[in-house]
Amino acid sequence: MKRKTTYYYELFWIIPSLLLPIGMLATLLFTSYGADVHLPGAEGRVDPAKLDSTPPFDNPGVVQVGPSRYEVRMVGEIWSFNPSEIHLPAGSEVTFVATSRDVVHGLFIPRTNVNVMVLPGQIARATARFDKPGTYLFICHEYCGAGHHTMAGQIIVDAADNGDRGGK
Amino acid sequence: MATIAKLPTVVELRNEYAVTKAYLLVGFVALSGGVAMGLLQGLENAGIDLYPNLAPVVQSYYHGLTMHGVLNVLVWTTFFISGFLPFITVQALRTPLASRSLTWGTFWLMLAGLVLAAIPLVGDAASVLYTFYPPMQAHWAFYVGLTLVVVATWLVTLNLALTYRAWRKDHPAQRTPLAAFMSLVTFAMWTIASVGIAAEMLFLLIPWSLGLMQGTDALLARVLFWFTGHPIVYFWVLAAYVSWYTLVPRQGGGKLFSDPMARVAFILFLVLSTPIGFHHQFTDPGIEEEWKFVHSFLTFAVFFPSLMTFFNIVASLENGARARGGRGWVLWFFKMPWGDPSFAAQVLAMLTFTFGGIGGLINASANVDLIVHNTAWISGHLHLTAGTAVTLTFMGITYWLVPVLWKRALWSRRMALAQAWLWAAGMLIFSFALHTLGLMGMPRRTSMSAVTYALPEWQRYLPLIAIGGAILFISALLYFLNMVLTMVASKEPAPAMPEFAEAVSGPEDAPALLDRWPIWLTVAAVLILFAYGPSLYSLLRTTPLNNPGMRVW
Repeated sequence: MKRKTTYYYELFWIIPSLLLPIGMLATLLFTSYGADVHLPGAEGRVDPAKLDSTPPFDNPGVVQVGPSRYEVRMVGEIWSFNPSEIHLPAGSEVTFVATSRDVVHGLFIPRTNVNVMVLPGQIARATARFDKPGTYLFICHEYCGAGHHTMAGQIIVDAADNGDRGGK
Repeated sequence: MATIAKLPTVVELRNEYAVTKAYLLVGFVALSGGVAMGLLQGLENAGIDLYPNLAPVVQSYYHGLTMHGVLNVLVWTTFFISGFLPFITVQALRTPLASRSLTWGTFWLMLAGLVLAAIPLVGDAASVLYTFYPPMQAHWAFYVGLTLVVVATWLVTLNLALTYRAWRKDHPAQRTPLAAFMSLVTFAMWTIASVGIAAEMLFLLIPWSLGLMQGTDALLARVLFWFTGHPIVYFWVLAAYVSWYTLVPRQGGGKLFSDPMARVAFILFLVLSTPIGFHHQFTDPGIEEEWKFVHSFLTFAVFFPSLMTFFNIVASLENGARARGGRGWVLWFFKMPWGDPSFAAQVLAMLTFTFGGIGGLINASANVDLIVHNTAWISGHLHLTAGTAVTLTFMGITYWLVPVLWKRALWSRRMALAQAWLWAAGMLIFSFALHTLGLMGMPRRTSMSAVTYALPEWQRYLPLIAIGGAILFISALLYFLNMVLTMVASKEPAPAMPEFAEAVSGPEDAPALLDRWPIWLTVAAVLILFAYGPSLYSLLRTTPLNNPGMRVW
């Protein structure tokens, strides 16, 4: 093979390879700003030693903030979530506002876009819609010590539009 | 190359041979421990919980998991690379390492660091996993020991730089031989990238674990950790690439397709490996979404030199296979020397890596990461990349390196071939199960036989983790048996070291600009400042260090 030929083969491969990252960035921006899939961002700090006297974490639970819109104020600590059982009516849009009292935890609800790290000192926010009635699992998905595998809770989405709500 | 001097003789490089052997032996001990822990985890995931029987040695699933991670991805890789790349560099430059005392001082420092970290690690006083996220707090010796290992890797960089300078003085106009160039880039990249973990250790974790500081901060520590935590993967992968680019084409009976393209790819890795760490923190609160997108894009960008590598290596393999009589668009693939275990292991590692690369693009996509972040999918990905592309390549390298160093032929080629195929097969089963379970919402790093919330659909796939893990364990047993027998019992004389591959398009076609270190180091620094500067500055300005440490295991 001539050296000149290798040069053309290289170009033939390089040009589409350069387009790939650019195309993927375009997709990313489209899903974010077009389809509203967002990552957790900077939502402010909270002193982990003073959670019991800092709103909203002094009163963990579910609060209705609008028609079919709810906010779950949540504290993660070894090895449980507070609240650990959440009732919501179907069709709710729910924002989770979470922090940790001690070590690093995670909040993950499979089959939703709620996947956020729960760090001491940081306020984490993530939003999901629950249209289908049923029981949804939420779990701590970051190793947080000897009882990590027991740190989980459930969201019970009721079919009835006047279903009861509220934390444990 | 215009002038090909003879390879240095064993006598001239006695020192380099001896230190490489020392690094390899430590790496083997680490890998054997790490693999044994892996088997326990695989079985545990399928409901066979052996930990109660091992209580004095392995206290818990998480104790074993920490040893698995630290020994395999931190110790085995670092010691292997610190032995292998200097060895390759002196062969390529045909010059001994610059300083004999520095060479051995570095090894002993790295070993001392390892021993210091290993005491709390084995004693269950550092069961914080290999990512050691504070405010979970390990014993101070764990942090100090790992820091010493990092410092020792900087001394390897120094020794390589001094060796290169000595060579350059005698060869002012010559292009740096490819293998030496790549080794230098690998260590330069790592040295820049490891500043993050060094800062985390020195300014946060060590004083805090010694009680000199009352608190730390979870987010700041994670940012510094991942500053290093992604490029460390490139540190491992680039060491494998050195073999793929400079030795494997010749082992396959052909030439490297393009030397200039290889150099460009490595310069891009030098520049792009570090400013991408936020892609491990897409789901962290406290970092602006826009900066996460910047890192996401730069991660896509670092896929570009990976694609160049894919093209160049496959073209080189094809070159060899056609020289051996291979024909057709695809059939040439079967004309490669599949009977050579060193070659076969590395090509299998490459094949597995294509899946790992595609998975990496998925993980780097901020939007899709919301589905897979911290699930078993990620463990599946790491086992394709670090666990196979890197580890199986390193095993393939040792199939010629150990015979060369110990001056004895490989004990059994057939055993080595079986080992490589079993590793690839075991890993495909294992990582298929983990990827699938991750998509089903199973978290990673979780004791699955004790979990209180398992979903019924996970049960079908959990046994595959144990089956894959058991195959991997058998493969590792064959590997270590073969290595030990080669070292102590093999009677045949060793074959020569594989020679460096020539290139179809050689170094004379590469722009001289690629050898200008100050330019590329500056570009790397500027890009890092751009990608990390604003976020890190605002974190440093606003973060109170108020997370007390705790032992939670």
